[in-house]
Amino acid sequence: MSTLTTTLGRIGGVNLLPFAVAAVAFLLIGAPSSWVTLTIAGLAMGMMLFLMASGLSLVFGLMDVLNFGHSAFVSFGAFVSATVLAGLGGWLAADSWALNALALAAAYLAAISFGLVAGWFFETVIIRPVYRDHLRQILITIGAMIVAEQTILAFWGGTPFSVGRPHFLEGSWIIGDVSIEIYRAFAFALGAAVFVMLYLVLNRTRIGLLIRAGVENREMVEALGFRVDRLFIGVFMLGSALAALGGAMWAGYETLITPHLGSELMIVVFIVVIIGGLGSIEGTLLGAILVGLMANYVGFLAPKLALASNMILMVAILLWRPNGLRPAVK
Amino acid sequence: MSNKSTTGALAIKGIVALIGALLLFAPFLFQDVRSLEVAARICIFIVLVASFDLLIGYTGIVSFAHTMFFGFGAYGAAILLKEMGPGWTPVILGGLAGVAVSLVFAVAIGLLSLRVKAIFFAMITLAAASVVLVLASQLSQFTGGEDGITYRAPDLFKPATKIFTDADGKVLSLWGVKFNGKLAAYYFVFACSLVLFLLMLRFVASPLGTVLKAIRENEARAEAIGYKVVAYRTFIFCLSATIASLAGTVYAVWLKYTGPDTSLSFAIMIDILLMVVIGGMGTMWGAVIGAVLMVVAQYYLRDLMGVASEALTGVPLLPELLAPDRWLFWLGLIFILLVYFFPKGIAGTAMEKGARA
Repeated sequence: MSTLTTTLGRIGGVNLLPFAVAAVAFLLIGAPSSWVTLTIAGLAMGMMLFLMASGLSLVFGLMDVLNFGHSAFVSFGAFVSATVLAGLGGWLAADSWALNALALAAAYLAAISFGLVAGWFFETVIIRPVYRDHLRQILITIGAMIVAEQTILAFWGGTPFSVGRPHFLEGSWIIGDVSIEIYRAFAFALGAAVFVMLYLVLNRTRIGLLIRAGVENREMVEALGFRVDRLFIGVFMLGSALAALGGAMWAGYETLITPHLGSELMIVVFIVVIIGGLGSIEGTLLGAILVGLMANYVGFLAPKLALASNMILMVAILLWRPNGLRPAVK
Repeated sequence: MSNKSTTGALAIKGIVALIGALLLFAPFLFQDVRSLEVAARICIFIVLVASFDLLIGYTGIVSFAHTMFFGFGAYGAAILLKEMGPGWTPVILGGLAGVAVSLVFAVAIGLLSLRVKAIFFAMITLAAASVVLVLASQLSQFTGGEDGITYRAPDLFKPATKIFTDADGKVLSLWGVKFNGKLAAYYFVFACSLVLFLLMLRFVASPLGTVLKAIRENEARAEAIGYKVVAYRTFIFCLSATIASLAGTVYAVWLKYTGPDTSLSFAIMIDILLMVVIGGMGTMWGAVIGAVLMVVAQYYLRDLMGVASEALTGVPLLPELLAPDRWLFWLGLIFILLVYFFPKGIAGTAMEKGARA
C-alpha cells in the first residue's frame, strides 16, 4: 500500500484526480465522441472558473481576507464587456477577421481595466478598514455585493442581456464524429495562457517570490522590511481583473446574461476554492478543472444531480483532506 | 452585565415592550388586511432573526443556511397539509419532520465543518443552502417546484370560522374586529413567536448562554478553561436550526402557501442578515428592533421610494436608483455604513449610552 502511495505521489499525486475522473466518466458514458465533447466543455468551464477563483484564493492566502463580494467583479466584467461588444456591433458584424478580433480584445481590455480600477477602489474603501476581523469582513463584503448587484440592475435593467460573439468563434470543428465548439477551445486556450503567465510570475519573478513568501508567513516578510500591504493591493487588483476577465469570457459562453450571474457563479467559485485549498493557484486550477469536468459529466449522465454533484465532490474531498487538495503552506 | 444599568438599555427595553404591546393588539389597532400581514411577518421574523442572532451575535458563527432550516419547517408542514388535507396532525407531524431534517443537516454540517477552518463555515453553509434551494425547485412532484404549494390551513383558521357568536348566532365582534378564523390564525402566530422568543431570552441568560459568549470573546481561552468549544458550537447550531424550522412551520400555516420565494430564497437570508446587523448583534432586543424596522421598510418604504422616483423624473440615473425595486441598494449602503461606524447596531449602541452609576 505504501509503495503504491509513493508511486502515485511520484507521478503526480492529487494532480491525477482529474484524469481519474475523466477515465471513470469514459467508462460510464461509453460513447467516445460525446466523452470528448464533454471533456472539452468541462476543461473550458474549468479554465473560466479558474480565472474567477484565482484572485479570491490568493487574496485570502496573502491577507486572510475573505471577499464575499468577489462575484461583483465577475458580473461587472460580464456586463462591461457585453456593453463594449454591443457598442462595437459594427466591428463585430464586419466580415473582417481582424476587426472581429479587435472588438473582442477591446471588450476584454475594458473588463480587465474595469476590474483593476474597481479592485483598487474596493480594497481601499471597503476592505482596508476591516483587516483582521473576519466577521465584519464577511458582513461588509456581503453589503458591497448587494450594492454592486443593485447597481448593475439600475444600469442595465433586469432583463437578460444578449452578448455578441465574434464570427470566427461561432460554430464548431468537426473531426470524425467529434464536434468541438470553437468558443470552448478558445476559452480553454486563453485560460491556460493566463495560468501559465500567473505561474511564471509567481515562481520566476521577485514579486512572485514576495507574494509566495507573504502567503506563507506575512509577519516575517514584513519584518524583513517589505510592504506587504502594498503588495496586497496589487494582488487584489490583479485578482479582480482576472475575475472580470473570467466574467467576460463566461458572458460570451452563455451569450445571454442576467445581473444575477455573479451570485449564481459565486457558489461554484467557493466550492472550487475550498476544494483546491486556499492560497495556491495550482490548487485552484486543480479544483476548477475537477468542478468543470464533474459538472459536465454529471450533467450528461444524471442531469438532476448536476448542481448537487459539486456539493458531493466538496464534501468527499473535505472528508479526505480537510484543507483542500493543495493548500499553500501555512 | 453593565448594560442593565444604562438609561439606553432601559429605553431599548421600553421600545421592545411597546412593540410587543402593539403586536398583541395589532388586529384591533390596524384594521386592514395588509397591516395584519405585516404584523404576522414581523412576529415570524423576530423569531427567525433572534435564532440567527444566537449564532452570529452570541457565538460568532456566520451561517448562510438559516433560510434552509426555515424552509425545511415550512415545506414539512406544507407537504403534509397538501397530502393529508387540513388538520392539526399534518401541522404537528410536518413541524416535527422539519425539525428532524434540520437536525440531521445541522449535525452533518457541524461535524463536517469541524474538520475545516472556521472561515470555511460561511462558505460551506452557503453552498449547502444553494443546493437545497435548487433541489426544492427541481423536485417538483414533492415541492411544487418554482410555483410552490398552496394548501388549506386547519379549519380553526378559516376566515368563515366563528370563534365566539353573539345572541343572533353571528360572529361576535369587538370594536369592529370580528372574532373569526383570521384572528385566531394571527394569535396562533403571535403566541408561537412569543413562546419561542421567551425561550431564547431565557436561554441566553442561562449559564450555557454565558459559555457561548465566552467562546465568542476568546475561543482559545474558553477551550483552555475546559469548555469543549466544538461541542458547544454544534449544539447552538442545532438549537438555532430547530427554532428556525419551527418558525418556518408557523409561517407556512399562516401563509397557506409555501414556495422557494417565501421560505428558501437567498433574498430572505440577506434580509435576516440585514435585520441582525441593523438591530444589533448579540442582543435579543436588537433582533426585535431590526425585524420591525426592516419589515415595515419592506412594505412601506417602497411606496415612498416610488413617489420620490416619480418626482425626480428627468434627473439622470437618480430615478432608476430610487425606483421601488432598488430599495436593497440603499439598504446595502446603510448596512456597510452601520458595520463601519456602529458595529453593534441600533440596540447595542443605544444600550451603551447613558451609563448610570
